[in-house]
Amino acid sequence: MTLNYSISGGDFASAGNASSAVKSILKQLNIDNGTIKRVVISLYEAEVNVAAHADNGTITVDIDNVSVKMVICDSGPGIPDIELAMKEGFSTASAEVREMGFGAGMGLPNIKRNCDLLNIKSIPGEGTELNIEILLNQAKPTER
Amino acid sequence: MTIAELTKKAELTSYTGTTGIKKVVTGGYISDLLSDVMGRATQGDIWITMQSHLNIIAIASLRDLPAIIIVNGTKPSEEMIEKAINEEIALLGTEKGAFETGGMIWNILNGNS
Ligand SMILES: Nc1ncnc2c1ncn2[C@@H]1O[C@H](COP(=O)(O)OP(=O)(O)OP(=O)(O)O)[C@@H](O)[C@H]1O
Ligand SMILES: [Mg+2]
Repeated sequence: MTLNYSISGGDFASAGNASSAVKSILKQLNIDNGTIKRVVISLYEAEVNVAAHADNGTITVDIDNVSVKMVICDSGPGIPDIELAMKEGFSTASAEVREMGFGAGMGLPNIKRNCDLLNIKSIPGEGTELNIEILLNQAKPTER
Repeated sequence: MTIAELTKKAELTSYTGTTGIKKVVTGGYISDLLSDVMGRATQGDIWITMQSHLNIIAIASLRDLPAIIIVNGTKPSEEMIEKAINEEIALLGTEKGAFETGGMIWNILNGNS
């Protein structure tokens, strides 16, 4: 099953809509709560990053018997130093975005902690592509 | 403890009427950083925060947090209330700050008051 969504830069009101739709579908498919939680955290953080840092993005979610694969692709400023961006606490979020409670620099680390496979490709000045894979029925403690 | 009982004991303002009041609160989480709540709150937690915008409803719904307490007397917008009702999240409020609210909820959940 393949699902497609889109998200615009600055549109915080819609951020989370794709995660919410995917959550209901996974529930209907009787996927366990732990897996749903990991998918929802990963997808939400990726969605919000497009809203907070990029111009326009597309989301593709592929669900099969083995895993949930998500591709979040945006056009935007890109990430010049991915290793630095992955560090907890690193953020370039604007003052406005921080005021809303985003910009703790915890989004990418949250994705990393909750997924089984994360691949980030980014071209500065062009955009960013996140590939996230979460295996089904794999109990993975997300608490540290 | 149900949201209904907790709302009464803690004398919280309810903005969403009977929405979700039968749901059970098993713990709590205090934070104003959304990614922190996303990553670290536990299903069943009541979320205490000073944030008051649409995204907090989305997060509560996605993470199965049955209720949010907005502290410092900040009132949620009509749009937030509507979304909370749709998502079956109890939206609550208090004039108290986060520290006092957390202490009070802790005591109630642990049978100390
Ligand atoms: N899609 C993107 N496009 C451009 N830059 C990005 C993108 N995603 C992340 N970044 C960069 O990586 C940094 C870290 O991202 P991360 O999600 O960890 O934190 P944040 O979004 O700043 O804050 P939080 O997620 O805690 O609200 C961002 O501040 C930004 O500089
Ligand atoms: Mg982020």
